[in-house]
Amino acid sequence: MIYLQLFYEFFKIGLFAVGGGMATLPFLQALSQKTGWFTTDFITNMIAISESTPGPIGINMATYVGFNLTGVLGGIVATLGTILPAIIIVSVVSRYLEKFSGNPLVDHVFYGLRPTVTGLIAAAGYDVMKVSFLHIGAFLETHAVADLVDPVKLILFVVAFVTIRKLKKHPVMYIAIAAVVGVLFGL
Amino acid sequence: MKELLEIYISFFKMGAVTFGGGYAMLPILQREVVEKKQWLENEKIMDYYAIAQGLPGIIAVNVSVFIGYARKKLLGGVAAALGVVSPCIVIISIIAACLSNFQDNVYVQHAFAGISVCVCALILNSVLDLAKKGVKDAVGIVLCVVTFLLMEFTSVSPVLIIVSAALIGIAAKKIMLRKGTKESEVQSK
Repeated sequence: MIYLQLFYEFFKIGLFAVGGGMATLPFLQALSQKTGWFTTDFITNMIAISESTPGPIGINMATYVGFNLTGVLGGIVATLGTILPAIIIVSVVSRYLEKFSGNPLVDHVFYGLRPTVTGLIAAAGYDVMKVSFLHIGAFLETHAVADLVDPVKLILFVVAFVTIRKLKKHPVMYIAIAAVVGVLFGL
Repeated sequence: MKELLEIYISFFKMGAVTFGGGYAMLPILQREVVEKKQWLENEKIMDYYAIAQGLPGIIAVNVSVFIGYARKKLLGGVAAALGVVSPCIVIISIIAACLSNFQDNVYVQHAFAGISVCVCALILNSVLDLAKKGVKDAVGIVLCVVTFLLMEFTSVSPVLIIVSAALIGIAAKKIMLRKGTKESEVQSK
């Protein structure tokens, strides 16, 4: 019953991924380790595609994983799994809206959650980096800097990061330019 | 029924033209739901955003359910949620299907090697933005660093980490408030 498992796993992501967008990333990484449904390489492709197409990133990632596993129906099942907790929780909150928004307990919960989510996403990002261009494993074996990082990729990373911070343009622009750089330099 | 369909179609249209989630959808929501349909006022949408961020799940979906629920209760919420995700299912399925045909192409592989470096930069950017908003004191720094180390060196599930962090947040605030009231009592004496 792959569909049931797919629904259950994405229901959990929808229920526990707090903070939107990239917050689903650490959960997807844990899912890949647990099930072997996809690799970290696949996750980077997925982020690029999710950021470059319309729609919320978390939903795009769910559809993409589901589709690659079993086709269109898998995409639908994973997506429905992700949104079901939202439908339940928001409907309940809507009924008690006034009470909820002024509740200090909610603030207290978030006091703990915000830095933790930051740490979760940082760890997930670091894993993606290790696959993409920071070959820590190879470096620890040979201790040669050439094995640690490809200079062209390192320059691309630094330039991309600085322009993202400075220009604040839409991610799809940076992704498109990086793709061109990748082809030109045969990365 | 007609109204549910109207909700679904409205959110379908918005889902199809919003790049990225969260606040990227705000201007589109304002135009469609506030100005065109006049379903609710602008302030309400801002409230929904504030609360949606405090709830688990995808922010754009949470806000959509709020608006659908305000219109037509539970069924309205379901119609809005389904509407906003339907375009994703269609678009991503098409892309994923095309991509699997090109995966062995050498140029596609080079392109994705470049893209993956850029994705790392995008993630680092989100992490810095989140850190600015969320990591403000010693408790925050400890939680952030410990989470990172747990994820890197153990196989603790992120679900467990999230639940513990919520409890730690409540406990830490309680201790701080108690200290705060004691200090103010001392001062008032």
